[in-house]
Amino acid sequence: MLSTGNTLTRVAFTLNGVNRSVDVEPWTVLLDLLRHDLALTGTKKGCDHGQCGACTILIDGARINSCLQLAIMQEGKDIVTIEGLARDGQMHPLQQAFIDHDAFQCGYCTSGQICSGVALIVEGRAGSREEIREFMSGNICRCGAYPNIVDAIADVATHLNVSNHGATT
Amino acid sequence: MLTNDLHVGSPRSRIDGPAKVTGQATYAAEFAAPDLAHGYIVGSSIAKGAITHIDVSAAEAVAGVLKIFTHENRPRTAWFSSSYQDQVGPPGKPFRPLYDETILYSGQPIVLVVAETFESARYAASLVRIQYAPQKHQTDLQAARHESYEPPSKRFGMAPPPARGDAVDAFGKSVLRVSQEYAIAAEYHNPMEPHATTVVWHGDDTITVHDKTQGVLNSQAYVASVFGLPKKNVRVISPFVGGGFGSGLRPQQQLFLAVMASLELKQSVRVELTREQMFSHVHRAETVNVLSLGADKDGHLNSVQHHAVAATSQFEDHQEVVVNWSGLLYKVDNASFQQDLAKLDIYTPGDMRAPGAPLGMFALESAMDELAIAADLDPLELRLRNYADADQNTGKILTSKELRACYQQGSERFGWSKRNPVPGSMREGRELIGWGMASGVWEAYMFKTSARVTVTPGGKLEIACATSDIGTGTYTILAQIGADGLGFAMADVTVKLGDTSLPAAPVQGGSWTAASAGSAVMAACETLRKKLLAAAARFPDSPLAKAKLDDIIFIAGSMVLKADPSMGVSLNDIIASCGGSAIEAEETVKPSLLKYLQYSSFAHSAVFAEVRIDEELGVIRVTRIVSAVAAGRILNPKTARSQIIGGVVWGIGMALHEEAMTDHNLGRIMNRSLAEYHVPVNADICDIDVTFVDEVDTKVSPIGVKGLGEIGIVGTAAAIANAVHHATGKRIRTLPITIDKLLA
Repeated sequence: MLSTGNTLTRVAFTLNGVNRSVDVEPWTVLLDLLRHDLALTGTKKGCDHGQCGACTILIDGARINSCLQLAIMQEGKDIVTIEGLARDGQMHPLQQAFIDHDAFQCGYCTSGQICSGVALIVEGRAGSREEIREFMSGNICRCGAYPNIVDAIADVATHLNVSNHGATT
Repeated sequence: MLTNDLHVGSPRSRIDGPAKVTGQATYAAEFAAPDLAHGYIVGSSIAKGAITHIDVSAAEAVAGVLKIFTHENRPRTAWFSSSYQDQVGPPGKPFRPLYDETILYSGQPIVLVVAETFESARYAASLVRIQYAPQKHQTDLQAARHESYEPPSKRFGMAPPPARGDAVDAFGKSVLRVSQEYAIAAEYHNPMEPHATTVVWHGDDTITVHDKTQGVLNSQAYVASVFGLPKKNVRVISPFVGGGFGSGLRPQQQLFLAVMASLELKQSVRVELTREQMFSHVHRAETVNVLSLGADKDGHLNSVQHHAVAATSQFEDHQEVVVNWSGLLYKVDNASFQQDLAKLDIYTPGDMRAPGAPLGMFALESAMDELAIAADLDPLELRLRNYADADQNTGKILTSKELRACYQQGSERFGWSKRNPVPGSMREGRELIGWGMASGVWEAYMFKTSARVTVTPGGKLEIACATSDIGTGTYTILAQIGADGLGFAMADVTVKLGDTSLPAAPVQGGSWTAASAGSAVMAACETLRKKLLAAAARFPDSPLAKAKLDDIIFIAGSMVLKADPSMGVSLNDIIASCGGSAIEAEETVKPSLLKYLQYSSFAHSAVFAEVRIDEELGVIRVTRIVSAVAAGRILNPKTARSQIIGGVVWGIGMALHEEAMTDHNLGRIMNRSLAEYHVPVNADICDIDVTFVDEVDTKVSPIGVKGLGEIGIVGTAAAIANAVHHATGKRIRTLPITIDKLLA
């Protein structure tokens, strides 16, 4: 029987550079915690099954589908969402590159694409257009902006040293 | 006339870009409300029959559950199905959620669990037990097509054209004949944002609705009609839509359910569909075409016969323009058309990106490829020989048609002249290479639309229109039009869309928004310019006292004489002279009936595709696409290119990936997820070469735009199928072209 109150567990983690401590139910999914409880709706729910990538965030620098993570598993983790990518009021270079290359249309997959792309570059997987295509294939864009997404990531990977930017707090 | 062309016609980044790349754009399920309750839908597990018992006792015992709605305790809603009719629904009786015990299709929403948290609602929903009395269902189009019928009521503007000549006789006398069946699987829109509605309860039966919709006014009218509310009590605000593609044209189940629960509980309620539930509503109808072409020995068409049968539900007759294109695109004196429906126990299909066109055009353009081989002609040459300069379906004059330029520029960019016509003749290693081409066509529409343009005391320009931006770039092109219209920088223009309190616009669909809302903003700018000049002329010793509108130009927040730009009046001074309040103008544009009776308008394209196919494994890759498009004036080449790229990606999906597979024993779709219903992913997509040919069209719409949302998909699937034939010699006439079909 699902109940509330006596099953709450306190979890502490860093979220977009800020230490957070929240009481979560053991069944609460990280994506739902972000969207419902912490009002960080920039992370999107597209399938809730780890199939579309819209909920991609960075956990300890790795790109992770937040719909496949329970909130209770996040103790001590360093979590960055799309809302935390900017630095000192400046967008992450990949955010600007997505605008410059028109790498989105409806915008719903965009947060996940950008978080995935940021980690991809740090992973050293953005060496060629073919490599970007392959390793960005966990992020579906139904509007079909793929060629522009590849352009944006290739642009940032080529022209900017972002190895210290964004993937960790 | 715009006063200058600084922005219109030039590539501009999306003005909603910063909000979208930082996660600040707010979609339907993301609006907050105090004491928000969450609804979770339970769908029918049978396709036809009746509910005999619903046991909600275990579900009700879950902590946090507020109420469980079924047909047995549904609050009073409109009785007649006609009250559920929306602006764009087809003939028939619209589905009424929770109406009674009857099951009309698998996945039909039959229970809504509302709880304090999403998790409680989801868990409680899993505990609802439902018993049914099933009846024998039919979900197989191949079995039902023999009982197909011509829909007695035609959907507005979608009837096939009258037959001309004697197509049967001409076919019999033709030297060259192609007669084949071409089928396309049912497809689901699958926008990345699942359908969702957040209803914010304000008390006294007054609500704000954040709905995933392509038409806020359509949602508002539906809610008012179904729930008997005055429209003023229902404000719909949907500034961002996470993909529509037609799925948000008609009100969907979650809108009804969320509003019903909110009104009953007197509380704010959100209902989101799961991805699996996204396969329980609107989709592109499974369609079978029987197409016959007859031609003389030189490939000149004598006869076209196009008969299509599409699936529809038991309760509505959804219709699209499938067969008409076959009488339009090429010159042919003998033509006949038939468009029939077959009833299945499914939800009503609906419009999906370029509704009808890629279905019928897959048949026509595949058959033209087959005819080219029969005539021993290059496929491009065959199309040029049959080029039509008029609309033979209606006898109307075309406002413009630069398809010839599309063929020429597209083929040059692709290198079509280097094609060896023999199937299987081009290869590299173990890969067979195929080159195919096809034409695309889509009707250019414009509909009655209003817009308001305001110059504010702060020196900014505000544009307002109720239309949506489903990712098409509407925010940006309207800002460009306004910026040029009144001489503002893009950064000083704001655009408000997707709100029923704004000037009225139709649903966003059919590629008509740029032509309609764009023309409305242009007209409002014109009126505002006149208003501002009149105010400026009243100034004491005004340098513009005798100026006419044509004598001045709006630039950098001022209006100045073209002849002497040092002479002018700043807009701030005009506002100050008018008491310091904003100055606005609202205009409504509508299509001219006179022009409609005389002219017809279409966007065109020529699509060239290269595929590479592993000879042993049958794996198909699309490695190059060139899409050359003639669509009138291009307002923003940057977002325009994206629209075409998106359409091409959809065409690749239609050709190779997308297929809803039904288990006909259960009457249920098996692959209800993004893991099993395949849409193209990044690795499936090559670099896509988009080119816009020059096309000046002063008649299609006041702003000269034809629209771009649909034309990108239309010819793409056929071009790929033709390329597959060129690579392998195998003609696959059933989409999608999967490995099993290729290796069979």
